Amino acid sequence: MLLITCPHCGPRDEVEFHYGGQAHVAYPEDPQALDDAAWAHFLFYRDNPAGAFAERWQHSAGCRKWFDVVRDTVTYEFLTPEGGSR
Amino acid sequence: MTSRRLGIDRSPGYGVDRDAEHSFTLDGEAHTGLSGDTVASAMVAAGELPCGPSLYLGRARGIMGAGVEEPNALLHVEPRSPGHAAESMLPATTVELVDGLRASWLQGLGRLDETPDGALYDHTRVHTDVLVVGAGPAGIAAASQAAASGARTMLLDEQPAPGGSLLSSRGERIESTDAVAWARRTVDDARTAAEFTYLPRTTAVGSYDANYVVAVENRTDHLPASERPGVSRQRVWHIRAAEVILAAGAHERPLMFADDDRPGIMLAEAVRTYLNRYAALAGEQIVVATTNDSVYSLLEDLAEAGAPPVAVVDSRPEATPRAAAVLEATGVRGIFDAVVTGSDGDGDAGRLTAVTVHRLDRDDVPVGSVETLSADLLAVSGGHSPVVHLHSQRQGGIAWDDVLAAFVPSAPVARQQTVGAMAGTWSLSRALRTGAEAGRRAAEACGFRAEGADSPSDSPQTRDPLADGPRADLDYGPVRALWLIGAPDAQDPAEWSTHFVDMQRDQTVADALRAVGAGMRSVEHVKRYTSISTANDQGRTSAVNTVGLLATVLGAGHPGQVGTTTYRAPYTPVPFAALAGRRRGELFEPARITNIHSWHADHGAVFEDVGQWKRPRYYPRTGEDMETAVLRECAAARGSVGFQDVSTLGKIEIRGTDTGRLLDRIYTGVFSKLRVGRGRYGLMCTPDGMIFDDGVTLRIADDRYLMTTTTGGAATVLDWLEEWHQTEWPELDVAFTSVTEQWSTVAVVGPKSREVISRIAPELDVSNEAFGFMAFRETTLRNGVPARICRVSFSGELAFEVNVANFCGLATWELIAEAGAPFDITPYGTEAMHVLRAEKGLIIVGQDTDGTVTPQDAGMGWAVSTTEDFIGRRSHSRPDTARQDRKHLVGVLPADGRTLLPEGAQLVGAQTPITPEEGPVPMLGHVTSSYRSAALGRPFGLAMVWDGRNRIGEVVRSPVDGRLVDVELTSPVHFDPEGTRRDG
Amino acid sequence: MAEMLPPHPDFLWRNPEPKSSYDVVIVGGGGHGLATAYYLASRYGITDVAVLEKGWLAGGNMARNTAIIRSNYLWDESAAIYEKSLKLWEELPAELDYDFLFSQRGVLNLAHTLQDVRDSRRRVGANHLNGVDAEFLEPLQVREICPIISIDDMIRYPVMGATYQPRAGIAKHDHVAWALARRCDEMGVDIIQNCEVTGFDKDGDRVVGVETARGRISTETVGLAVAGRSSQAAALAGVRLPIQSHPLQALVSELFEPVHPTVVMSNHVHVYVSQAHKGELVMGAGVDSYNGFGQRGGFHVIEDQMAAAVELFPIFARAHLIRTWGGIVDTTPDASPIISPTEVDGLYVNCGWGTGGFKGTPASGLTFAHTIATGAPHPLNAPFVLERFETGHLIDEHGAAAVAH
Repeated sequence: MLLITCPHCGPRDEVEFHYGGQAHVAYPEDPQALDDAAWAHFLFYRDNPAGAFAERWQHSAGCRKWFDVVRDTVTYEFLTPEGGSR
Repeated sequence: MTSRRLGIDRSPGYGVDRDAEHSFTLDGEAHTGLSGDTVASAMVAAGELPCGPSLYLGRARGIMGAGVEEPNALLHVEPRSPGHAAESMLPATTVELVDGLRASWLQGLGRLDETPDGALYDHTRVHTDVLVVGAGPAGIAAASQAAASGARTMLLDEQPAPGGSLLSSRGERIESTDAVAWARRTVDDARTAAEFTYLPRTTAVGSYDANYVVAVENRTDHLPASERPGVSRQRVWHIRAAEVILAAGAHERPLMFADDDRPGIMLAEAVRTYLNRYAALAGEQIVVATTNDSVYSLLEDLAEAGAPPVAVVDSRPEATPRAAAVLEATGVRGIFDAVVTGSDGDGDAGRLTAVTVHRLDRDDVPVGSVETLSADLLAVSGGHSPVVHLHSQRQGGIAWDDVLAAFVPSAPVARQQTVGAMAGTWSLSRALRTGAEAGRRAAEACGFRAEGADSPSDSPQTRDPLADGPRADLDYGPVRALWLIGAPDAQDPAEWSTHFVDMQRDQTVADALRAVGAGMRSVEHVKRYTSISTANDQGRTSAVNTVGLLATVLGAGHPGQVGTTTYRAPYTPVPFAALAGRRRGELFEPARITNIHSWHADHGAVFEDVGQWKRPRYYPRTGEDMETAVLRECAAARGSVGFQDVSTLGKIEIRGTDTGRLLDRIYTGVFSKLRVGRGRYGLMCTPDGMIFDDGVTLRIADDRYLMTTTTGGAATVLDWLEEWHQTEWPELDVAFTSVTEQWSTVAVVGPKSREVISRIAPELDVSNEAFGFMAFRETTLRNGVPARICRVSFSGELAFEVNVANFCGLATWELIAEAGAPFDITPYGTEAMHVLRAEKGLIIVGQDTDGTVTPQDAGMGWAVSTTEDFIGRRSHSRPDTARQDRKHLVGVLPADGRTLLPEGAQLVGAQTPITPEEGPVPMLGHVTSSYRSAALGRPFGLAMVWDGRNRIGEVVRSPVDGRLVDVELTSPVHFDPEGTRRDG
Repeated sequence: MAEMLPPHPDFLWRNPEPKSSYDVVIVGGGGHGLATAYYLASRYGITDVAVLEKGWLAGGNMARNTAIIRSNYLWDESAAIYEKSLKLWEELPAELDYDFLFSQRGVLNLAHTLQDVRDSRRRVGANHLNGVDAEFLEPLQVREICPIISIDDMIRYPVMGATYQPRAGIAKHDHVAWALARRCDEMGVDIIQNCEVTGFDKDGDRVVGVETARGRISTETVGLAVAGRSSQAAALAGVRLPIQSHPLQALVSELFEPVHPTVVMSNHVHVYVSQAHKGELVMGAGVDSYNGFGQRGGFHVIEDQMAAAVELFPIFARAHLIRTWGGIVDTTPDASPIISPTEVDGLYVNCGWGTGGFKGTPASGLTFAHTIATGAPHPLNAPFVLERFETGHLIDEHGAAAVAH
């Protein structure tokens, strides 16, 4: 049961949150302009580091806001102690 | 058997009430014990050490420990209260005696009771500043300090009373008072603090990220039967602590020698516990074997109780000052540089009768002549292992300490401290001092000041709490650990086959040696090869001994070079039911019901689980089966009028000036151009282009839309909208509100629906000209209820959906029932709804689609914009999705006009031989929906078929119940393809 | 008296020093890596092989899984490879001369909703035509196979039926690994433990060597089979994979007299359970939501699992959880594995088995060995190459079959 700090609500139990995977993956400006490989990479390829990982969470059972944090995927420690951004 | 219970003159009996006797049965025989006894202590007091035989070898075994470390004495306990289930695999050393308890010994294998367990369990969640695990001297000192500071403090302990190791002692004094009384008083004092909680009988079983500790409290098993009702049997505590102090103590290790498993061979600390806490003398002719000084307190206590041991066999070359002093004071014979190498027993019962003793050379090899000592009890101490489990579960480092001969915490866990024996601090005064310091530090870390606290141990540094104590306050060292002690001639591996390492798994030194011989070097491999330390005692007495053994065999310098296996939660076994808590039966996952539910139930509806909702599936009349009822319901809707509760459909209100733009991206179709007052059907795709939800969305105002979703998809779609808005297009002015539970919705369907609506909504012009398809109107119903009525149809019939405030749902339903009575209005359920829509070739997302279907596959290209860049659009032009011969939605008609194809039935080509034994049979697709149709007068269905749209008219085959059914592929629209019925 | 499990062989494997070069280096001494080496040596005659393991042999997911074996997958591609795997399982105890407790006690996949029933019938129909044994059982038949399941209508999600694959079952995971390792060792394969790979040497787009904690090893052919480290290992060679790694937990009870004769899986209420040979109940929990390499997950996932277990199996109420643990599952976008060449010549990947890798061990090894030995996929793993993510030809096992494990 991770303790996740929502930037709007403060620290809360993991079960209040929904995980969103890697952060900062923008939807392509013009998907039609991408070739199949580039589109496949947008769709299916995400970073998967063992270590610091910028990721998204939604406080789905709370304020319902999405936010970004950096978390260590090995120690599970949140490296953005004051809560995430956005 | 004579009683070995001691009077108050011989034992303090801290844990028992000599005036309160309990009766119980064990293996059908009547026994008595005292209040405060465990089943084990009562049996020790009765002079009966044997328990059930060993799991595989059937060797006689006896009670070996006095707590959770017990590997042998496992009980099956009959239900303790009416409606409870029996429980197996409980160490007798942990089962508190209550009057009337019925138990039997087990042979290492439990029995599950089929009786439903009616006991109540609950869960609670708390936050605390400081959590202290273990109410021994260090834990009490810590908790007392923290509580006195004002910090919210919790103290958990597995035992019924505070004191920990003190409960096993005698004559110990702290702050000029009896140590056990000190423990009780200190905890009582702390309880006067506003924010202090002491939980006895509560074991912290798991420690997780960010100081999340799970503990299990036993609440009723120790109570008289009359006091149990209304109290949950066990409570699982979920504790989030700012600071954690672990003071979990240590467990003693046994010694490994030939026939080390007889009844009568017991951990020295357990002998001492039985003696002092339970006033039970475990033997009369006692030999003590040790590698360290800890047993000398036992010697003193036994002597004081009038039962001095015959001898102490001490592995160390000479007496330490502590040993020498005790031996001199008690007159007990000390045999140094010596080990116990074997034991003898008494027939089948196997009770110890004698031990053999050898001298040791410098390489730990037994030498010289054997000495045999008669004994009915051998108290062993092979050293002590701190209970590092909770620390280790948090990835806290542990390291081998050669002086202590133990794995001790070496690297701290953030916001956690370890104190007392768990930290390798055997000395009582240091445990008290470091415990108090830890408590103060923890409180301060939470912003509380410990100064000025009026606590008995508020100034441990300036006052020695043991200043007037009569006991020597020494550590257990030096230690001469013994790992691999054979008989003097033990070259043959068979010689090691009665050196038991893991009693519960019946595994010996020989088994471990075999694993090494097979090439295994890792302790994990040896554990798995032998199964040592995997039993429900979690290797408390075997794990470190195995590591020591391996270190010796592999020539490692010390056990730390071998390392340990991982300590896994839970620390002690936890019943499944306790972890399930209240989440059983109705509360497993509360069902969602609509405002109209009671009507459905009253009218005999058979319900279907759709997502979390209960939806009426059909309403059988007397004597009707489902098929008949559904045919009748469908006929009513097509022939006259039917009505359905569709309140479960997800509803999301979307506001903001950019709502249309957002919906253009979310849906495959265009919604920004939808006129106010009208609705449109929309499909949603995932980015990889597959259909994932659908529904009709109304435009209420320029900046306000009401979206409907599938029943099961409501929450997902709301999340979806918010995710795309917040994370991709935050510049859009939109906001979402789930209003599923704010509205009750009734679909009124059929040629007579217009007349029904006109009767319930007298102010509304329901003519087709004034109120066209996909329009909606706000009106007030005849009963005064405001309503929004939409002309949407999921059946091809003239149809209306009446939306009212949720709490008016039942009244509106009944109003419609009344207004429709002249037309024999018929309630219908999901099954008839499925038939009606399938006749029209309309899909159910999740039934006709499966996450691999594009809108084009489903024949719904008409719902897909060719201009807007909706989510998923790019994926439709990938090589595989752009193919024209993908699976398409088609209709299917069994050629015989009679056979109802099972939903899920596979389709194969007419000429395809069905010979799966010769290799995979190529399949064309499968039937997604299949029903009997009142309107068509025959069974029909929908299917997803490879290149299906280009195969229409083809006859294929479907294996059904062992035969092949010819199936014609058709257009998915089976009924009224021209759409003539929509407007009535 | 309980019966002891059959004894292990007296000798399993050598612990050799790594040589300076090998024909093939398999990175990862888990089930899949060992199976690959085994089939390379036994079927393709390639014995100059090193299996490099960063810790102790088969100590990753192989040591942590719940050891369920079945082949009743929906899609043709999946059914083909898993059915091949099951057939290999049926041969392996004799072929390896090692009783690794392969027990074909059948698997029930429960249906709790009408859609579950449709999906189940669809899968059974597809299984039949693909030559996979399968049948759909009504609730009363479910209870005949497994008398301890509650088929009470009053439970929250009543059992509406199940698919049953009689040839499915369980095996003892560690023993499987040791059985493979022993044969590999006998055929000359070097099993090298405590030998973490730290980098790959490339000559242009070709792999030419492996850097390890125990020195450099020259090789022109490398197979990665490192579940739980796939992304990191591939990244050492500059290869990016569509993998996300999550914690997955499992648990056991203490030993009980036999009560549970088969394997039961319920995707809807998230429980899967068997009773292993010694008598312990073995269960898997759900996947933790977040990416994680800590080999641990949240306790709430275990509690969810317990609630589901007691709901479906009332007899388990007073069984005890005695041990929980976690592994790392590498998941792919379509819940199907990747057995594929990569853009680096000589470097092959075998990954993404998600929660179901154990059952795939033999076929994974066989097809990966074929891919490595010949440079091109075996027909069985041809659909499971990386290109599918570009073409869109996914083998989406979570979309339709909705059977997670």
